[in-house]
Amino acid sequence: MKTTIISALALFLAFGASAQDKYFTRDGYIKFYSSTPIEDIEAENHKVTAILDEATGKLEFSALIKSFEFEKALMEEHFNENYMESNTFPKSTFKGEIVGFDASKASDKPMDVTVKGTLEMHGVSKEITEKGTVTKKDGKYILKSKMMVNPEDYKIEIPNTVREKIAKELEVTIDVTLAIFKK
Amino acid sequence: MKLKHILALIAFGAFFIPNSLTAQDDMLDMLGEEEPQPVYATAGFKTTRIINGHSFEMNAHGVMDFKISHRFGTLNSGALNAFGLDNALMRIGFDYGVTKWLNVGVGRSGGAIKYYDGFAKVKFLRQQTGVKNIPISALFVSDFAIDANPKNNVEQQPYYFSHRLLYTNQLIIGRKFSDGFSLQIMPTHVHRNFVQTKAEANDVLLMGVAGRIKLNKRVAINAEYYYALPGQLDAQYKNSLSIGFDIETGGHVFQLHLTNSTGMVEPAFLTETRGSWLDGDIHFGFNVSRVFTVYRPKR
Repeated sequence: MKTTIISALALFLAFGASAQDKYFTRDGYIKFYSSTPIEDIEAENHKVTAILDEATGKLEFSALIKSFEFEKALMEEHFNENYMESNTFPKSTFKGEIVGFDASKASDKPMDVTVKGTLEMHGVSKEITEKGTVTKKDGKYILKSKMMVNPEDYKIEIPNTVREKIAKELEVTIDVTLAIFKK
Repeated sequence: MKLKHILALIAFGAFFIPNSLTAQDDMLDMLGEEEPQPVYATAGFKTTRIINGHSFEMNAHGVMDFKISHRFGTLNSGALNAFGLDNALMRIGFDYGVTKWLNVGVGRSGGAIKYYDGFAKVKFLRQQTGVKNIPISALFVSDFAIDANPKNNVEQQPYYFSHRLLYTNQLIIGRKFSDGFSLQIMPTHVHRNFVQTKAEANDVLLMGVAGRIKLNKRVAINAEYYYALPGQLDAQYKNSLSIGFDIETGGHVFQLHLTNSTGMVEPAFLTETRGSWLDGDIHFGFNVSRVFTVYRPKR
């Protein structure tokens, strides 16, 4: 009888604790940067939500468009009103996975990974595959990536009058530190 | 035997409960509701003026708004005067966002009628949802103007500096109903230290109404009307009515309009509008607004 209890407990612990952990953050960082000879435009969001399932490598991001902060107030207004239409499309999300993620290989040295999934922005969903790194330090996962996004892929219209001020492709920098998620 | 069943169930449960979580489609849902954030209504109008008067929008903290305005002669002044283009009044002004709720500005009107003017504009209620639900924005605008025309034009002698002063106080209550439609009302009081005849009141009460309909992301139609309560103004003066387009091109907003007023300071268009729409005394005019970020507040 005792062995049954112990084995049941062992089983419970094995599944309850190690293999099924999820890691998350609510204050992740995303920056985008547009560079042209006329003007550089930069916006930062420090309130990005992200969650990673250690067991499966499933990864999800969510960012409020209105939380992007610009240097110039008018840029922020135009970003929300004219380009992202944040009243209609308040959020941008990514849902996907780290391809072939093996939690046991994560260490304090950045590990190159490929992330695959669906990026939804401005009401348009697109399959993307991007490169990034995963680091595990002090029981936290640090995920970093730099990717290029073309606004026109997401039906974000840029009129001719400002075309030369906004880069064809925007550089998006992602940096999130995920802590263990306790229910 | 019974205990074994229970243990088996626990083991079974331990195996399944976490798995049922991974099977969930949206992991983000597990995190539950995010903390509510205040969502402010923004860009109810493209700039801080409807046409002549103030809108419920403000310049952001640290933003300088350079405004150049022209009002031409009447369209019915004939081809000889290029339908009014030969004859222009103009105003140059600077507005500045001292904080997100306080704007100040100064201006100079030149041409046939000259004024200096200055104002302070306070937004004390901001339309928002999220944490608090406030359906309207409310502002107070206090404006003074100095009549800078030569004093030999008036019969009143001696004509002191104080005779030249004009004050306007205005409450603006407005709402951005949707992305495409905004509306505001403006109860207004004008005090004139000096009026030309005894029949005219030193204090004039008016009610204004103004709105915007957006045609597309960068072009909108604005309209503005001020109704002066009867018996305060000389019969030659009409209520001010203006209709125009706002065209936004990045850092500039161009406002092109038709109006029966030529004055670009409050007392001038509120109490000294001579033109009549029905008689064709319509002036073409424009405002150009260019904003500069002169100070970047830390967030």
